[in-house]
Amino acid sequence: MHPDLTERILQQLEQVDKVDTLDLATQFNVDHQKVVGALKSIQAHGELVKAETATHKTLALTDEGQSVVQHGSHEAIVYASVPAEGIAQAALMAAGGANAKVGFSKAMSQGWLLLDKTVNPPLIRRKVDQIVDSVKEQLVLVASGKLQLPAKDVADYKKRKLLQETTTKSFVLTKGPEFATTLTKLETDLTMEMLSSGLWEQLKFKSYNFDALGATPTRGHLHPLLKVRTEFRQIFLEMGFSEMPTNNYVESSFWNFDALYQPQQHPARDAHDTFFINRPAQSFKFPQDYLQRVKSVHSTGGYGSLGYGYDWKLSEAQKNLLRTHTTAVSARMLFKLANQEGGFKPAKYFSIDKVFRNETLDATHLAEFHQVEGVIADVGLTLGDLIGTLYEFFRKLGITQLEFKPAYNPYTEPSMEIFCYHPGLAKWIEVGNSGVFRPEMLLPMGLPENVNVIAWGLSLERPTMIKYGINNIRDLVGPKVDLKMVEEGPICRLDHV
Amino acid sequence: MPTIGVKRDLLFDALGKKYTDDEFQELCFAFGLELDEVTTEKQMLTKEQGDVAAAANASEEIIYRIDIPANRYDLLCLEGLVTGLQVFQGKVKPPKFEFVEPRERQVLKIQPSTAQIRPHAVAAVLRNVTFTPDSYNSFIDLQDKLHQNICRKRTLVAIGTHDLDTLQGPFSYEALAPEQIKFAPLNQTQELNGAQLMDFYATHAQLKQYLPIIRDSPVYPVIYDANRVVLSLPPIINGDHSKISLKTKNVFIECTATDLTKAKVVLDTIVCLFSEHCSQKFSVEPCNVVQPDGTTVSYPELAVREEQVSVKRANAYIGIDEPATKLADMLTRMYLEAKVDAKDDDKLIVKIPPTRHDVIHACDIYEDIAIAFGYNNIKKSLPAFMQIAKQFPLNKLTEQLREQVAQAGFTEALTFTLCSRDDIARKLNKDIEALPAVHIGNPKTLEFQVVRTTLLPGLLKTLVANRKMPLPLKLFEISDVVVVAENSEVGARNERRLCAVNCNKTAGFEVVHGLLDRVMQLLSVPWKTGNAEQGYYLEATEDPSYFPGRCANVMYNSAVIGRIGVLHPSVLQAFELTTPCSVVEFNIEPFV
Repeated sequence: MHPDLTERILQQLEQVDKVDTLDLATQFNVDHQKVVGALKSIQAHGELVKAETATHKTLALTDEGQSVVQHGSHEAIVYASVPAEGIAQAALMAAGGANAKVGFSKAMSQGWLLLDKTVNPPLIRRKVDQIVDSVKEQLVLVASGKLQLPAKDVADYKKRKLLQETTTKSFVLTKGPEFATTLTKLETDLTMEMLSSGLWEQLKFKSYNFDALGATPTRGHLHPLLKVRTEFRQIFLEMGFSEMPTNNYVESSFWNFDALYQPQQHPARDAHDTFFINRPAQSFKFPQDYLQRVKSVHSTGGYGSLGYGYDWKLSEAQKNLLRTHTTAVSARMLFKLANQEGGFKPAKYFSIDKVFRNETLDATHLAEFHQVEGVIADVGLTLGDLIGTLYEFFRKLGITQLEFKPAYNPYTEPSMEIFCYHPGLAKWIEVGNSGVFRPEMLLPMGLPENVNVIAWGLSLERPTMIKYGINNIRDLVGPKVDLKMVEEGPICRLDHV
Repeated sequence: MPTIGVKRDLLFDALGKKYTDDEFQELCFAFGLELDEVTTEKQMLTKEQGDVAAAANASEEIIYRIDIPANRYDLLCLEGLVTGLQVFQGKVKPPKFEFVEPRERQVLKIQPSTAQIRPHAVAAVLRNVTFTPDSYNSFIDLQDKLHQNICRKRTLVAIGTHDLDTLQGPFSYEALAPEQIKFAPLNQTQELNGAQLMDFYATHAQLKQYLPIIRDSPVYPVIYDANRVVLSLPPIINGDHSKISLKTKNVFIECTATDLTKAKVVLDTIVCLFSEHCSQKFSVEPCNVVQPDGTTVSYPELAVREEQVSVKRANAYIGIDEPATKLADMLTRMYLEAKVDAKDDDKLIVKIPPTRHDVIHACDIYEDIAIAFGYNNIKKSLPAFMQIAKQFPLNKLTEQLREQVAQAGFTEALTFTLCSRDDIARKLNKDIEALPAVHIGNPKTLEFQVVRTTLLPGLLKTLVANRKMPLPLKLFEISDVVVVAENSEVGARNERRLCAVNCNKTAGFEVVHGLLDRVMQLLSVPWKTGNAEQGYYLEATEDPSYFPGRCANVMYNSAVIGRIGVLHPSVLQAFELTTPCSVVEFNIEPFV
């Protein structure tokens, strides 16, 4: 800023150890503010100097005070204006200058003049022959800096507006721990060259502003819902569940409904609820024996069941659709489990994948969503096993309070709706469905009679929306998603409250 | 799940106890019902129709709207709900239904002609019924609920109820040409024939939905009495002549059906729930239904079935350990009277009443035990076996690649699987007929016409919706498309694709190419050079979606697995994009 000035200051300080900036200003014959500016830029380079503030009070003459020094005090001027024969007061006021009135009263109180009332009109006459103008003498001394006035007189002169007091701030400089007589340029960042040359040791670095935000990292981001999917996968894997192959969106009505003992007149099989495919419209490849068993358990019963007592039609089962639940895949897996080489073995399966419903769309419903499903098959499983498993599963989602409500589902019996207590919303909310698969579904597959299969399902979107406080599902899924939201989303830790 | 509305005060009178809303909700929850809404007729009118004027005169009596499980037809009206809850609370015993033989049974004869359109019919009579305005409304509402649910909007079963004293049996169920049928329909004075009736109700708010069930049939089903008075033209409407009123004493109930099992269930349900209003409570007069083959069947069946259940198995199924007598008590509270077999204390003998047609297997009985025991009282346990879990390899690879592509600076999108034909064809300069797309037969809107055959449209739509974001925008998605595959089991198969798009002031082909190189590097697939057998490479091609000369096939071991290129300006325009884009999309399944 002032390279010359800064170095002159430092050089001066080297000689004298302690100096006031005001003195420096006088010495260098520059404005004091410039010296202060140079000091600031020295300070920005580190602790070269120590600066302590000092306050200076100085007395100076006002304009009126200056006039007194030149022309004498007001009272002396009035005294001089009075001739020996005396003068009428009005004439004196006219002759005694601008401050005649003040001067007259001061001269009177000093006892320099008297008012002779023996004549008419009365006359002002000199009372003494000689005066000493001490006001002028004092002010002259003050102005030259040769006199320290007693406080009382200062107050009096200030009151008379002859003197004024000014306060000047300055800095008293001493050498700092990093004192040097020259300034080095400040570096903004550490560079490769500095490291390789070793120069960094000598360089001065600009102080860092820790209040500013950092630079945004350039990076890609994972989608928030799929981060939750990853977390759910992790939970299932931690619990020892194997993943089902759910990469088949197009399914036959047979596997989607009939295999699950969902009767052909069931409303879910209505075009109002399900997307049917007209190209390719039908499936033709079914395990024939199994198909016959499914047909008979629907129409006439068996396996301890009365059946639904209706005319089961192959053509209904052949209709292709977009699967309405991943349970269609569970059915395929259970059929495989029953018919695998070596016979049935206990198994735990899970899947998280898209399902499709031809439903009325609103803020929380889309035509496609992700279903999370867990299935366990073993000899002698109980409803208590299902409840216990659900508690463990939901605990991993950070949910510890559960309640189960009886419900109806065509392929599970008993069926339970799962409710959890949401502390944030302070209410019980439905989070999923669960149940024990019906024997009419399992036995035609060829599973042993003593094998029970427990299962549960929930949507991936709903818990995600509740967790992140999203009200419109389109803000989470689909092309309208705000990428800023994707970028700023936290990592997914469902059990981290 | 059906929802019924019942007047709260009427419900509490019948239950003999006043509840707070919360107390009643708890009772419902334990029984498997849900108190969906506490409202009034006034609120419902205002809410549904926004008609404040019409609502002004409506009642402000509190109405409970209660969700009923879809298989519990016996709870679809106040009468059934009250009985169910009172039995559940152990306050009353399940009622016993009795046949009362008349001097001469009413006869309904099914003519062979009905086989063409609606072949089944059943009938019953309720004698000396006393209707109050509330029970009358309940009777009408129940029929409506049954029609909407088990009757599948009258396609499977249609119910007709009549003032028997206005009619003269025997009754005849026939199928006639529409023009031959002439009668004044319910609440009308004018006589119409079958064809006129279709026109007359074509715009009727409720009835128009049922017309297609028979409209195009050469014959319509119809029931006549001995004097050729029309009782009903099922499944559309009853005749005005025999309509029931508050004064009706004797009710003739007929159900015509395409599904006989359901017709029987519906008839049983109606007579069980409303025989409560007969002077001799729970008594039902049977009818003879003469079949086309001349045989006579007596209806309603009102069969009480006996099932035997093992105490051990029931306990084991639920995971409890309760003595046989307790289980019997619990079942009785669920409307299934049960007792322990005198000879075998592991055996429960359970009576399934005609109100509980939902019980078709022992597991239904187990569920009722579990409900009566209380789901939330069952001890928690865990399956004992252990399993080494395995990921589905394709999903495992997907998870690993998603992470890596994001690390390469691309942001993940999640777009819709269903889209319009234009999205995958016209906008990409393709012919829909040439694409192996799966077509949806019943889309409600254009957005659900086809299953996507490429991930690209979803990404381009995401770009458009995020035009405010600073460039470059680099997006990716790893997800499934579906393509027709004749040899597969259902005729179509999923294919897992990786699609990435770079959107910037310049097209930046090298950006997506660089991503492809990186992914191949991660998959340990070398860049194929010279005569090497293995590896990936690009092979120039022309594709109308891409800029001429700026498009290549992604080749892996000499097979095409995808495409890479700069999008054609007309494609950008079709998606309303103003910035150039380069794209790579390929199948990742070969790398599993």
